[in-house]
Amino acid sequence: MFTRGLKRKCVGHEEDMEGALAGLKTVSSYSLQRQSLLDMSLVKLQLCHMLVEPNLCRSVLIANTVRQIQEEMTQDGTWRSVTPQEAGRAPLDRLVSTEILCRSAWEQEGARPAPGLGDGHVQGPVSDLCPVTSAQAPRHPQSGIWELDSPREDRGGFHKSLDQIFETLETKNPGCMEELFSDVDSPYYDLDTVLTGMVGGARPGPCEGLEGLAPATPGPSSSCKSDLGELDHVVEILVET
Amino acid sequence: RLAEAANAGPVGGVERDASVRGDSPSASTHTPPRARAPRLSPGALPRAPGSTPCDQRPGILAPRPPSAPGAAPRAPHPRSGRSLLGAPPRPPARAGSRARRRRRRSGRRARPPAAARRTPVAVAACGAAHGPAAGLASPRAPAPRPPPRARAHAPLLFCQLTAPPPRPAAPAADQGSWCLCQLNGAADLEVSEADIISTVEFNHTGELLATGDKGGRVVIFQREPESKNAPHSQGEYDVYSTFQSHEPEFDYLKSLEIEEKINKIKWLPQQNAAHSLLSTNDKTIKLWKITERDKRPEGYNLKDEEGKLKDLSTVTSLQVPVLKPMDLMVEVSPRRIFANGHTYHINSISVNSDCETYMSADDLRINLWHLAITDRSFNIVDIKPANMEDLTEVITASEFHPHHCNLFVYSSSKGSLRLCDMRAAALCDKHSKLFEEPEDPSNRSFFSEIISSVSDVKFSHSGRYMLTRDYLTVKVWDLNMEARPIETYQVHDYLRSKLCSLYENDCIFDKFECAWNGSDSVIMTGAYNNFFRMFDRNTKRDVTLEASRESSKPRAVLKPRRVCVGGKRRRDDISVDSLDFTKKILHTAWHPAENIIAIAATNNLYIFQDKVNSEMH
Repeated sequence: MFTRGLKRKCVGHEEDMEGALAGLKTVSSYSLQRQSLLDMSLVKLQLCHMLVEPNLCRSVLIANTVRQIQEEMTQDGTWRSVTPQEAGRAPLDRLVSTEILCRSAWEQEGARPAPGLGDGHVQGPVSDLCPVTSAQAPRHPQSGIWELDSPREDRGGFHKSLDQIFETLETKNPGCMEELFSDVDSPYYDLDTVLTGMVGGARPGPCEGLEGLAPATPGPSSSCKSDLGELDHVVEILVET
Repeated sequence: RLAEAANAGPVGGVERDASVRGDSPSASTHTPPRARAPRLSPGALPRAPGSTPCDQRPGILAPRPPSAPGAAPRAPHPRSGRSLLGAPPRPPARAGSRARRRRRRSGRRARPPAAARRTPVAVAACGAAHGPAAGLASPRAPAPRPPPRARAHAPLLFCQLTAPPPRPAAPAADQGSWCLCQLNGAADLEVSEADIISTVEFNHTGELLATGDKGGRVVIFQREPESKNAPHSQGEYDVYSTFQSHEPEFDYLKSLEIEEKINKIKWLPQQNAAHSLLSTNDKTIKLWKITERDKRPEGYNLKDEEGKLKDLSTVTSLQVPVLKPMDLMVEVSPRRIFANGHTYHINSISVNSDCETYMSADDLRINLWHLAITDRSFNIVDIKPANMEDLTEVITASEFHPHHCNLFVYSSSKGSLRLCDMRAAALCDKHSKLFEEPEDPSNRSFFSEIISSVSDVKFSHSGRYMLTRDYLTVKVWDLNMEARPIETYQVHDYLRSKLCSLYENDCIFDKFECAWNGSDSVIMTGAYNNFFRMFDRNTKRDVTLEASRESSKPRAVLKPRRVCVGGKRRRDDISVDSLDFTKKILHTAWHPAENIIAIAATNNLYIFQDKVNSEMH
């Protein structure tokens, strides 16, 4: 919360624009800001008060923001799928670390310049972005969701709208997105798994965050498309919860 | 579509018999216990731990420390013989514990004899009214009030900062000359969360002002009539009644708590001597009836003074009970409980102009209720998608048209307004009119949608216009033009560059309310740092005022404030970075006829009055 006199400045505005390097810096700083916004949004979505039902309006607005970012990232082509090696899910009991907000893994990857950046696109982010922790493994992109569909599309494919993501989510874990906007029919005790299942540490992409909603996700390669497998999985989820 | 609510009564909460009196050892009068049977739902759930009975929380009833000039030392409460603040904890209060009418201190004259009091006709009906809310049919003769008493040395039992009439300054006519009329609430820095005011509402005449807080308590203020004899009593709002409207509940099915916070209060138009209001928390709406009793029957044949049955052998003669005057008592009772109608959180209620129905809106649905029927409601709007994952828009506010009982409007989180006509279909999913302003491409950001979410919608008194509040602006819409608003006012545009930080600390989700004045010429809304803004639609001038103890001296006209955004900075300006975002004015209300406004600043209630321009233009 703001305290009196605490100044917050938009990181982007402060940068000196000089030379091509500066141009690149702007671009990557925009990506940085956008990514941090995405991470922040995911954290907000999942950290809800356990005691009282979360505010649906707020959740919807944040989810829409996530959707927007993902759409834009998809258009930029910066939305990449994970390689199989990265697919190993982090242990489900790891909690979210605040490093999420300080991440800037895109820099290491050499982010591609995003086209058509406007100045006011992303407002000043959290001003105290931690310095880049280069130790972070660079690519864990949007692991979970993407890999679920990877058998169907080529691994490099990343043009997915959020709807498809959610759809995929739904077929895999019928209760998953529902947990976010559940009504009286689906019990909320899944939130327990949400909180404990939050994947932290290395670079959870948005889907990974959403992935955290489902407690026991099978490995990517096992994301079989067979109906039987899906049914089993569904039953597994229901029984577990 | 007919949605039948379960007939099981309230989920969890216990409907308490509000007429049961709290203990008051020094009470001189006694009414026989009311025969009203409390409606207990089967399997009533115990109250969630941690909730505070309303009597233990002074809240806006708290007396101020005697540092205020002119305040005599706090006198003990007349009823209990103890100071309200220093009182030992009382046993848990029943809902609707009766509050005596506020008393003045020593030096008060005795009440005038019965002849001058109100006619007793209504009282008999009051005691017998158990059935449908037939109410008191007899019209009330206007009561001559007791003459005002000397107030100069009145100790402040309830926190009141009363202002003598201000000097007729010469203010800028279009900015008005607002000065503090009174301030209720504790001055402590540590604010108990239960005391945070969550809604403020004047009734249709402006005589009563109701506030609800996060602890589920409702406090009703009544305006003292102005008297020429004592210019000191200038129509200030005294506490009239206070009661616990909602209790926290626990939904065992979902393992979630249902907050007792009062989300909205709406007054019903007064149809008889009693006042009625609807108050709602996230799930349950309650209809409360507020009545006065100033006479009691004495001289029963079968019962003695305490209500115990007399020994028949002692009864030697028959007598006719007579009505004797008694100290005025304000009684509050829950008349209806509309429960189990909503799956999601109720965000608004609105009484229809037909005075028979009202609607309640949650995030995805709007229900139409009849005021007399609690076990069923009609669902008139349902925007829940078949797949919850397709959900991108929720209902944020709704209101009935003030004159056309078939029209209502609801706003959404995407910034659109939908006007619906109930004559068109039973389910009004299809709107009659859609009011939406196209997005300004130059201002586009990731936060565009969030800041376009409408937090409040209010029809003008004339019914011709609608007022909406989104995060940065207030807009006036003409019902006849759907393409865009006719007026847009920037409330705090300096926050536009701070949206990311405001998103981070969740302030961007704050829901501010807005209000019209009685003549629809000025609109008002709150902002941060305890600022509130008024926009004059005719002169196009606007003003920023502050609701704070420091800047509200009793005599002084409120000084306009300014937020500077770089550039030239004047002496009293506040810079954007120094704004206190924890001090937000979300709830404001404007008297329906006069220039009196009620501002809720966290746990404090400010009432400002513009004495110079007391008539609205």
